[in-house]
Amino acid sequence: MSKKYDAGVKEYRDTYWTPDYVPLDTDLLACFKCTGQEGVPREEVAAAVAAESSTGTWSTVWSELLTDLEFYKGRCYRIEDVPGDNESFYAFIAYPLDLFEEGSITNVLTSLVGNVFGFKALRHLRLEDIRFPMAFIKTCGGPPQGIVVERDRLNKYGRPLLGCTIKPKLGLSGKNYGRVVYECLRGGLDLTKDDENINSQPFQRWRDRFEFVAEAVKLAQQETGEVKGHYLNCTATTPEEMYERAEFAKELDMPIIMHDYITGGFTANTGLANWCRKNGMLLHIHRAMHAVIDRHPKHGIHFRVLAKCLRLSGGDQLHTGTVVGKLEGDRQTTLGYIDNLRESFVPEDRTRGNFFDQDWGSMPGVFAVASGGIHVWHMPALLAIFGDDSCLQFGGGTHGHPWGSAAGAAANRVALEACVKARNAGREIEKESRDILMEAAKHSPELAIALETWKEIKFEFDTVDKLDVQQ
Amino acid sequence: MPFQSTVGDYQTVATLETFGFLPPMTQDEIYDQIAYIIAQGWSPVIEHVHPSGSMQTYWSYWKLPFFGEKDLNVVVNELEACHRAYPDHHVRMVGYDAYTQSQGTAFVVFEGR
Repeated sequence: MSKKYDAGVKEYRDTYWTPDYVPLDTDLLACFKCTGQEGVPREEVAAAVAAESSTGTWSTVWSELLTDLEFYKGRCYRIEDVPGDNESFYAFIAYPLDLFEEGSITNVLTSLVGNVFGFKALRHLRLEDIRFPMAFIKTCGGPPQGIVVERDRLNKYGRPLLGCTIKPKLGLSGKNYGRVVYECLRGGLDLTKDDENINSQPFQRWRDRFEFVAEAVKLAQQETGEVKGHYLNCTATTPEEMYERAEFAKELDMPIIMHDYITGGFTANTGLANWCRKNGMLLHIHRAMHAVIDRHPKHGIHFRVLAKCLRLSGGDQLHTGTVVGKLEGDRQTTLGYIDNLRESFVPEDRTRGNFFDQDWGSMPGVFAVASGGIHVWHMPALLAIFGDDSCLQFGGGTHGHPWGSAAGAAANRVALEACVKARNAGREIEKESRDILMEAAKHSPELAIALETWKEIKFEFDTVDKLDVQQ
Repeated sequence: MPFQSTVGDYQTVATLETFGFLPPMTQDEIYDQIAYIIAQGWSPVIEHVHPSGSMQTYWSYWKLPFFGEKDLNVVVNELEACHRAYPDHHVRMVGYDAYTQSQGTAFVVFEGR
């Protein structure tokens, strides 16, 4: 039955607040934390979010009668209180699958976190979680290789990967930079990393860096008998330059490259991930700018959404924070999004911040990278929290060793393996962390010195010790 | 003596991946690691190779993976039998995880010459 055109402004809730709606398996579901302007009813705010992030606009328009908006519109189907917060509430919105281009994270975010975030009826708005339907997931490429293939290519089993970022992050010449890579890898690290700030600056052009680093990686591999790699940062000014750098890394026979997915953008990231899948290359993902978007509790996008988006757009490793550093209070939250990087099914669990059941189907997993302000005393806690499918990166904790980066790398490797061995033997590695590390140091002067060097961080270590991480 | 006064010379060592930086394990410690493989529900596998081929992806199987083997002693006896048969080879213990289709762990038990 056709409708009549009735010009004017309708309340959003008349069309977009549908508490009786039962979401379809193919719907994309989103949970927003909404803080409306004073006096605006919750239902109207929630409906406005649904409208402005899908088919709606502020006024009724004649041309909407040319289509079936009932088929295309987003719907707010549930409103919930935010525990301990009177001014905000959660709005759950269902979007029909056909609102989004297949495989396009860019398109999903343009709709869900586009104009609506500047909407005047809202004071704050935060996208807390997205449930991606399987029908959408199957259109995404996902991680170019995934955890299983990465382990097979790097020949690392039964333990986390061990890495570090090359420091100082800016100002080294290509040859000096390659020297630091060589020192770290010969000392026992599996992987080293370009700092995210390193692209192709005047002091070190990318081609120069790639060549010296490749020589360092190959030499360390030859001398240690182990597989080594370095994340060559391909983040560049234009996609064309990004692909040129990726091609050169492949030509040099390097196993892994790197991209900054938020500053670089999702379109670039998905393109590079596709290139990696075609070319058998691993892809490490940095997340510069994430804190601008995800840190405010009432406005922006929660990192769990950005992490899910990355898994779909493509990456084999993603930075997730360290928990034991500044993000200590966020342990449960971190575990919640780490699950969404690695598992094939993650159930709704509000204690971990997961608002929906998320089925990932056959999508490969992403290594969780813990990096930043961690050192050898944190090793037992890091292993307990992050498990084997992680990459632990110690920057200052490697280069800051009194004997240099190679000895620092060896200290971290000994500590990591001692913790893995103790865990496998049934020991409680967090409770017994001091004993495990001190025993291991008896066989490793490098570790003994590292433990001595960073002992003043004992306070933080004690705090870590109290965490109850056993599930 | 302040440690800063002596900078040591770190010498590169050739290692064989996981546990390569730990001293050789005692028999009890090896038992613990095999018990872990069995407790995870993984299939124990023994592989060996001449040291000249240690970077090959594929090492030779000793017999076949011990699917469903729960008896620690059976696995230990096989490890020793493999070592006796190939005294100059590296011998490693692998746990196959059928769920992830990956190796849950892999570490060298006997280093060849």
